[in-house]
Amino acid sequence: MRRVSKDQKTRIALTLNGRKLAAEAEPRMLLSDFLRHGLGLTGTHVGCEHGVCGCCTVLIDGVAQRSCLTLAVQAEGREVRTVESLAGADGKLNALQQAFRNNHALQCGFCTPGILMSFTDFLARNPHPSEAEIREVLSGHLCRCTGYAGIVAAIKEASSPKQVGIMYLTSTQSDRREPFSA
Amino acid sequence: MKPRPFDYVRPDTVEEAIALLAEYGDDARILAGGQSLVPMLNLRLIETRVLIDISRVAELDVIGDRGNLIEVGAAVTQNKLMAWPQLKQKLPLVAAALPFVGHFQTRNKGTVCGSVAHADPSSELPLVLAVLGGEVVLRSQQRGTRVLAAEAFQQDMLTTARAADELITAVRFPVIEGKGVAFNEVARRHGDFAIVAIAAVADARGAAQLGVGGLSGRPVVRAIDGDAAAAVAAWAEELEGYEDLHASAALRRDLVKNLAPDVIAEAIEKCAA
Repeated sequence: MRRVSKDQKTRIALTLNGRKLAAEAEPRMLLSDFLRHGLGLTGTHVGCEHGVCGCCTVLIDGVAQRSCLTLAVQAEGREVRTVESLAGADGKLNALQQAFRNNHALQCGFCTPGILMSFTDFLARNPHPSEAEIREVLSGHLCRCTGYAGIVAAIKEASSPKQVGIMYLTSTQSDRREPFSA
Repeated sequence: MKPRPFDYVRPDTVEEAIALLAEYGDDARILAGGQSLVPMLNLRLIETRVLIDISRVAELDVIGDRGNLIEVGAAVTQNKLMAWPQLKQKLPLVAAALPFVGHFQTRNKGTVCGSVAHADPSSELPLVLAVLGGEVVLRSQQRGTRVLAAEAFQQDMLTTARAADELITAVRFPVIEGKGVAFNEVARRHGDFAIVAIAAVADARGAAQLGVGGLSGRPVVRAIDGDAAAAVAAWAEELEGYEDLHASAALRRDLVKNLAPDVIAEAIEKCAA
């Protein structure tokens, strides 16, 4: 049984984008803040902080979740992936990111990290989604500048048959996600 | 927007969890998926002295097929139940309602029991549990296991019969055979809380159990036979409804009057098919 008292800063170790890391946090520290302030990865954006806007979405053991509705201590021992893991070490965009660029699926880019992480999970479960399925998943995100048409087009491009092999390469071995069923 | 400080405890077993509840009672909150609780903590609508995180209790992360009922443990997420291979066959009404519950991203973490525990009056899963005549399984150190009918469990808006030292360990959905089911709701946007939600179970003759969420403090169920439109209209007036930011009581009644007969008709049609 793990116990942390309210004012106690405890060491939280997790795997972040394939690297084992640790930092200190109080129990009330949200994972979103822990990633940004504790571990210094600011790609995960913080919008509404109550689970509505979706821009803080990250993968925990392969499953897309709101990092603002997860305590840092809950991610202890887990494998967390953020938007920083998507591009190659040389900065080359992955297929999903490139499709966003190709289709003008972002303007200010604030909501983009969360959307990319949601669809990294979703497309691994359901590699050829219908437009209705894409829109259903996208309904868990708010974009306030480009609108959603470009985003839908980008995800359709990324999930076209020739791209699927590339998408699979980004999924991890420790995934706990369920197969998708509509 | 950060929660007020709280002690965090993560038990590994149900025994440990109920021992903690016996110790802290009202001073503790149970954290399962956190998709309703953590927003309320972040917004400081609530505060708690102790947060008991049951999300890693393996014995609660189980979907049990008991033949005439399906028992869903307190750590089972909504998407896990949605992906359960027998769901459409065994619990078609749950299968019809789950896509309306939040979003893909929140269903990944939000639990079935958590939704029942939170007891929002327009929430889909408590409504489905009530219409099917399901049960809630509670455990405490002092009284052992207690099983309550859904109707007895949810008392009013965000209010349940759970005692302060009790843990909801599971909910039980009865398997209904030889009947048709249907579900629909009206919400401002897909994934939002419903303004009204309707669920129906009907036989081939046309007799239906109709459940309505969003017209009173908890889901309500009534047997409807014969002229559905007239029966629904009379019931909606009787229930009155309530007003909030999203809809007046009159709009809620109108939505139920328009939506419910169609949902009943769909359930009857599915029974025939």
